[in-house]
Amino acid sequence: MIARKNKLAAVAALGLTSVLALSACGGGAGTTSGGTGSDNGGSASGTTVSGQLAGAGASSAESAQGAWTQNFTALNPEAQVTYDAVGSGAGREQFLNGGVKFAGTDSALKDEEIAQSATACQGGSAFDVPIYISPIAVVYKLDGVTDLQLSAPTIAGIFAGTITNWNDPAIAADNPSATLPDLAITPVHRQDSSGTTKNFTDYLSANAPDAWTYGAVEEWPIQGGQSGDKTSGLISVVEGGNGTIGYADASKAGNLGIAKLKVGDEYVEYTPEAAAKAVEDSPRAEGRAEGDIVIELDRTLTDPTTYPLVLVSYLAVCDTYADADTANLVKAYASYIVSPEGQKAAAQAAGNAALTDTLSAEATASIEKIKAAG
Amino acid sequence: MSSSVATPSSPQQDPPAPAAPTTTAARTAKRPGDVIFSGLSIGSGLLIFLTLALVFIFLLIRSWPAIQTSRELTGNADAVSLVQYVAPLVYGTVLAALLALLMAVPIAVGIALFISHFAPRSLATPLGFLIDLLAAVPSVVFGLWGGVWLVPRLEPLFFFLNEHLGWIPLFGGTVSAPMRNMASASVVLAVMILPIITAVTREIFLQTPRLQEEAALALGATRWETIKTVVLPFGRSGVVSASMLGLGRALGETMAVLMVLSPGETFSLRILQVGQHNTIAANIASHSAEATPDVMARLIFTGLVLFVFTFIINAIARAIVSRTTKS
Amino acid sequence: MTSTSAAPRDAGTPPRGGSHALMTGSGAAETRLPWWHLAMTAGIALVVSAVILLLLGVFSIPALVLLGYVLHLIIGYTYSRVREGRRWAMDRFVTLLVFGAFAVAMIPLFSLLWEVLSRGIHKLITPAPLQFWTTDMAGVIGGMDAGGISHAIVGTLLITLGATLISVPIGLFTSIFLVEYARYGWQKVLGRGITFLVDVMTGIPSIVAGLFGLALFITITKDPGIRIGFMGSVALSVLMIPTVVRSSEEMLRLVPMELREAAYGLGVPKWLTIVRVVLRTAIAGLTTAVTLAIARVIGETAPLLLTVGSVPMLNTNLFSGRMQTLPTFINSQYGAGNAVCNSDVMTNPISGIDYACSTSINFDRAWAAALTLIIIVMVLNIAARLVSYFFSPKLGR
Repeated sequence: MIARKNKLAAVAALGLTSVLALSACGGGAGTTSGGTGSDNGGSASGTTVSGQLAGAGASSAESAQGAWTQNFTALNPEAQVTYDAVGSGAGREQFLNGGVKFAGTDSALKDEEIAQSATACQGGSAFDVPIYISPIAVVYKLDGVTDLQLSAPTIAGIFAGTITNWNDPAIAADNPSATLPDLAITPVHRQDSSGTTKNFTDYLSANAPDAWTYGAVEEWPIQGGQSGDKTSGLISVVEGGNGTIGYADASKAGNLGIAKLKVGDEYVEYTPEAAAKAVEDSPRAEGRAEGDIVIELDRTLTDPTTYPLVLVSYLAVCDTYADADTANLVKAYASYIVSPEGQKAAAQAAGNAALTDTLSAEATASIEKIKAAG
Repeated sequence: MSSSVATPSSPQQDPPAPAAPTTTAARTAKRPGDVIFSGLSIGSGLLIFLTLALVFIFLLIRSWPAIQTSRELTGNADAVSLVQYVAPLVYGTVLAALLALLMAVPIAVGIALFISHFAPRSLATPLGFLIDLLAAVPSVVFGLWGGVWLVPRLEPLFFFLNEHLGWIPLFGGTVSAPMRNMASASVVLAVMILPIITAVTREIFLQTPRLQEEAALALGATRWETIKTVVLPFGRSGVVSASMLGLGRALGETMAVLMVLSPGETFSLRILQVGQHNTIAANIASHSAEATPDVMARLIFTGLVLFVFTFIINAIARAIVSRTTKS
Repeated sequence: MTSTSAAPRDAGTPPRGGSHALMTGSGAAETRLPWWHLAMTAGIALVVSAVILLLLGVFSIPALVLLGYVLHLIIGYTYSRVREGRRWAMDRFVTLLVFGAFAVAMIPLFSLLWEVLSRGIHKLITPAPLQFWTTDMAGVIGGMDAGGISHAIVGTLLITLGATLISVPIGLFTSIFLVEYARYGWQKVLGRGITFLVDVMTGIPSIVAGLFGLALFITITKDPGIRIGFMGSVALSVLMIPTVVRSSEEMLRLVPMELREAAYGLGVPKWLTIVRVVLRTAIAGLTTAVTLAIARVIGETAPLLLTVGSVPMLNTNLFSGRMQTLPTFINSQYGAGNAVCNSDVMTNPISGIDYACSTSINFDRAWAAALTLIIIVMVLNIAARLVSYFFSPKLGR
């Protein structure tokens, strides 16, 4: 009787026992050094900091944030920084309601968001520093064409649907030496809302206001057409067809062809340096508090050493945090990100463009002002 | 765990007669074991009520701003009312789920019959196991597979349908590769819900009273006649509830649709044309990351609508079932 | 699942072949033909469809199989109708349809398993077998050809275990209530309501379940930044409960009333009857129900992304700290896309070890993790079968 009862109890647990057994196995096999501890008040002394810090935000900078968090942990073994790539909007929201201590965002905090930040920032306010510059590439797959040059009005025409064939005179005018096939163009856009789309459409509307009348938007404004989810989805759609064209973070382009953009009178190939220079040459956004570094990207630069189709991602942090430990940790992490070493680490891991030294120094100065409440 | 809840009571007591409601209630109330057990059962049932109520209330609260100001900007440049925003999504969701169900249910019943009544004994177990494996594939992988493997292979079929049967609105319109259209998405959905429907249906077919089957066969019925007269009537309610489970998954599936469908917002019937349809779940997933609070409220409202819609679909399905079982 | 207890039967039919004639008993007009007649009609159908396709100039193997199958349905039916009579022809027709349905389902299954296996196996066996399962992602950046998923495996198992521990008791007791108690009066009304709501619950999009879990815990703990494994368990159980209830309800309803009545007749109390007789009889089906429910949620991505966050290191505490899970790992690795390799060697900043750089490493890891997830569910499936094998009543079916 009793034996059977025990059996039944086991049965009621069904597969659970096996789950347990498996997880026990996994636990034994894995490294058990993981940082689960909640001992936030560790020994913060000297140059190293300790504790746990959570951030969330844009997925564009996920690879770079991965490099920063890991390198930071290597430099500060007592500290653990995590970054959830939930998207810029969700990241800013979590940051503003105090869920995370910093946010990565593809567009700087809006005025009302800064006003709203007083609660999360202990009466202080939040500010942005640029941390991640990435050129956006116009990628294409067109058998037989390896070298494509495009001007902004042509790109706008392709994506707005007014240029529909690769042998269109507008494309031929940009590529006098290329033989273009008689093939329908399949433009591919991002189906999720994204900072990449915003920067791309901003570039189009600044450079080709007649051909692109939809403005700068995060969500693709035209109904219908091919699209892919996130950068990797878009890349796989472009790769999967022939005569396809799309736009994506240059570092994710893989084996796809990348078009040269017309800047001024020349066709410019993207380079991280040219992207960084475009950011450097662009003016600052006006009406921002001191230390809140926001760049008003100038898409119409004519200097052929710049590449104006670029995305700048910001770090949103508070100037005041509740306790010294958190303030020190945020300050240390943010300083590391904008430091030349941090920028170099990200550039190597994520293939983005490093901040120029002037911008880096300026951002460091802003971050120095982070303090604890009281 | 349930057996350790109470001590066994003495077996000498009168058996409760299940046919008489009042006696049953009266007798069960006397035994501590029964009281605890029925309490737990009713409690669990009520907990489900509570959970659903909580989900509903949560959805309502979070989507309230969108309901209050039902005219707002979406991310799109043009302003649309909440109804205009939700309606194409509902249409796309229902279309995808129905197409998937239409493809999956007959095949699932076929497989269940195959495993329970046609396949040799030694094969049936591993085959059932294989089908169960499909249920385990994460939806992200279905999405990857759908995009990489399935979509290119469906291309010739879709071009054929469009070319020769294009006069049917369903297959009409301009068709272009890659086939990231509603038809592809619903094929992926059908594959995803197939194992769930099959597994439940198979179990039920296996439970068909053996004596009835043997009686039918003894009367000279063919295997099909046995299935038609004994197995299917016995399993009907099970097939319907299995289909409901499948429908539920198809309605709420996010990742696979997201990765296979190029979305759009129209009421088009043309399932072979890209950029025409979208589903609620995929729409939430692709727009929640960059959503402002206004847009988020609107997205959550679409979740609420999906919730209500499952209500309606289930009510209709239930009505159909009870009508057919009565006659 | 029921493989052993209620083994799949041939519905009592005698072995296929000529001896069927014994069973017909309805006149000499109906004779059964040996199997090779079927093979012959199939051959004819294939040849005819090959000719048609060649004439149309669209010959391809898939088209041949498809058209051949459809033609065989017609030719085989007609042939059997002439030689065997209407009833047996119908039988043949349905048999073909059922085999066809099965074959159709095998296509996605095998192609999918093959895709995952061929793309995922490489990372599992190199550089050393199982190294991928025993290391985590600490210090792994960029295109570094290193890292593993031990943390994600543990996270997935723990979170799913948590969800199962919540869902199975609730789901099982609810289905017991629906089947055993909701028979009369107000309980019946309540039962109907619950059945209906459970169906509605199956339609909750997974991302809404995630939002719900997030909102629930933020409300309870007043900490907007809370991200713990158990939140993921709660979110998943919202998705899991309806599956458990619906399928275990079906299984409990299949337990013959006679068994209950026999137990009552012996004076066994109702709860003990349910535990000892009803649950025991249905155990194989219930195992299926729970396995299916686990399979349903173990690959969910969206709710976990919102509730458990991500972390590159192992965390075994469900109630504190972020956790990595396999689905979110697959999602983020796939989302990371092509990696860049500016140099041939990448150094792990934490361990200081040099690794090679690979541009496709993120996809490799995603597929290998997907393969791992499938293997885990396979193991769970086998375990569940063993459970049902050892605990099912031996009814001698």
